Amino acid sequence: MALNPKKNAMPSQEPQVRAHNFNEVALGYTRELALDEAARCLNCKNKPCVAGCPVNIDIPGFIMKVKEEDFEGAYQVINKTSSLPAVCGRVCPQETQCESKCTMGIKFEPVGIGRLERYVADWHNANATGKAQAPAPNGHKVAIVGAGPSGLTCAGDLAKKGYHVSIFEALHKAGGVLVYGIPEFRLPKAIVAKEVETLKELGVDVNTNVVIGKTLTIDELFEAGYEAVFVGSGAGLPNFMNIPGEHFKGVYSANEFLTRSNLMKAYLDDPRTPIMKGGKVIVVGGGNVAMDAARTALRLGAEEVSIVYRRSMEELPARREEVEHAEEEGIVFRLLQNPVEILGFNNPENPRDERNGFVRGMRVIKMELGEPDEKGRRRPVPIPGSEYELEADTVVIAIGTSPNPLIKDTTKGLEVNRHGGIVVNEDGLTSREGVYAGGDAVTGAATVISAMGAGKVAAAAIDEYLSKK
Amino acid sequence: MYKIVRKKELNPTVTQMEILAPLVANKALPGQFIILRVDDEGERIPLTVAGTDPKEGTVKIIFQIVGETTLRLNHKQEGEEIADFVGPLGRPTETEGIKKVCIVGGGVGCAIALPVAEEFHRLGAEVTSIIGFRSIDLLILEDEFKACSDRLIVMSDDGSYGRHGNVTVPLKEMLEAGEKFDLVLAIGPGVMMKFTVLTCKPFGVPCRVSMNPIMIDGTGMCGGCRLTLVRDGKRITKFACVDGPEFDGYEVDFDEAMSRGRMYFPYERHAYDEACNLFKQA
Repeated sequence: MALNPKKNAMPSQEPQVRAHNFNEVALGYTRELALDEAARCLNCKNKPCVAGCPVNIDIPGFIMKVKEEDFEGAYQVINKTSSLPAVCGRVCPQETQCESKCTMGIKFEPVGIGRLERYVADWHNANATGKAQAPAPNGHKVAIVGAGPSGLTCAGDLAKKGYHVSIFEALHKAGGVLVYGIPEFRLPKAIVAKEVETLKELGVDVNTNVVIGKTLTIDELFEAGYEAVFVGSGAGLPNFMNIPGEHFKGVYSANEFLTRSNLMKAYLDDPRTPIMKGGKVIVVGGGNVAMDAARTALRLGAEEVSIVYRRSMEELPARREEVEHAEEEGIVFRLLQNPVEILGFNNPENPRDERNGFVRGMRVIKMELGEPDEKGRRRPVPIPGSEYELEADTVVIAIGTSPNPLIKDTTKGLEVNRHGGIVVNEDGLTSREGVYAGGDAVTGAATVISAMGAGKVAAAAIDEYLSKK
Repeated sequence: MYKIVRKKELNPTVTQMEILAPLVANKALPGQFIILRVDDEGERIPLTVAGTDPKEGTVKIIFQIVGETTLRLNHKQEGEEIADFVGPLGRPTETEGIKKVCIVGGGVGCAIALPVAEEFHRLGAEVTSIIGFRSIDLLILEDEFKACSDRLIVMSDDGSYGRHGNVTVPLKEMLEAGEKFDLVLAIGPGVMMKFTVLTCKPFGVPCRVSMNPIMIDGTGMCGGCRLTLVRDGKRITKFACVDGPEFDGYEVDFDEAMSRGRMYFPYERHAYDEACNLFKQA
């Protein structure tokens, strides 16, 4: 049988349809598509894909189970190393990880590993009966700070080994960026809730509304009998550009805009948490968060959404798939342009004019690419005299975050780098004995899967540390 | 879930509740705040801690019924529960080295000012309190302020109680008479704090203010609570949730903060009216 040189395409909602709803864009493989895609895997000896996976899933192993139509068996293979398969199958950048190493990819398109992972996880969630079994307790207690991807992964791995794990989450809901940041149309919240439920079945305590560094400190966790602590507190305060006009009403950080829509459900009809929507929306930045914000704004009912990014399409850091989705949906890309000022409305005749203080536009300058910087990315340089104005009713700034100071400020002896990120060794161990860290709190804003990988590494290190105790 | 242990109406628009939240009660210091959600669909709103009873595990909050969420909260009765209650958030009031303080409270801001006044009193500072209300119907916490203040001046905008006028009038008189405060701390509506700062300025007396911008997470994630400080001519962005809520009054850009506070006014009015109708029908 001749091998299909192309990856089976992902069935998706039509762009014109999905631009107006919050339902998931990608619909997932059917059974037939999954079997056909699995047949493309060569099951090669050296398994380069496994090394490309931050949590080292036995990829050919699970795909062989799919070939045999043993979907639960496939799930169990993934579940050995990944705690959140339904999440990773959706949000991992497979094209730069496992799939970039695939042997098939040398001559043809690589195997759709992420799409198969998603199929298997969704099959399990729809068909599996019975609950996850909590193993016999080993008598050790571990505290996890933050219920995001790194914390959930670390908690899952330790719980499976018999640790008594308690997660402390600052918000009212577990999931971290999976619930406040990534929109419903890319990652349905029911999937996150299901993964959290599975952890609870494994015996993990999930304590919401506890801010470590405020409600309790890390030292108090040790006093309470926890023998090790993993800090996965995530990225912190949003960065702004420090240009005039960022205080105008209608200027959001991406974190705020997405939190209002996702966590607080401002996208529903008649929400309790308001959000500015409609009109013209400009999103500043070129990462995945910027794509999420732009596509959210579109679905909230904006008449035009554009991305303003200072480099060109080639340097755009967002996943190619997200950029393509955004383009198909009609997001306008204003590349090689940089904001210099956000413009606000001011009626000098009437200080009580309701529009006063709201955004009305943005002044941008055109850029060209100059010499490469130390990272090899060509530096954008403003073109003198090229400034012009764009109209806008809402501006969303998606240019990254800086680490949250709460834990650093209240934990003696916890070393941080000059950006405020927690310093760790290769095991995720911080400068404090028994305190491990991972995810954005260490690296600054990065991906879900790299945070999960860090949670996994730390779980193994914590296990080793406490086994010796 | 967090139980409402006690509920008391302080005036027709202001309610006091004591909520069972032992971890928060154990930690909260004057000047800090909490964030709550009334129910599962509710928005997150910040309220400053008005007192704690660590033994009982309760935290006192005092709120004015101004919008949909406070209206829904006010509909909850003693013994009922609210969905979420998290804190203590923000930095506590800095009390070190303050021997003589003037606390200026406006309206429901007096609820926040009270625990701060009590703390200074407990630490042995000389406390002067100036509390102002629109009218006698809205007066709250007079006895409590009396108990912790060496001197208490009550003002009303309409002259229906205490002295006629706003809180800056007696403050200016005292400063002109040569009173030396180590600190004037103003807590209340933006415009009141702005004018308290302007009153202090000619006398060079240190003046701090407690800012209450719109917030969502309150833990340093969303950036919605940002405000601008002007320091040495430079504009600096700060976040009320982790850098505040108290700031040097001379540095705060009040006009900007007040404008941002009105971002959702039309929405809030509509939501409040809708919730009102809902409760009327029920």
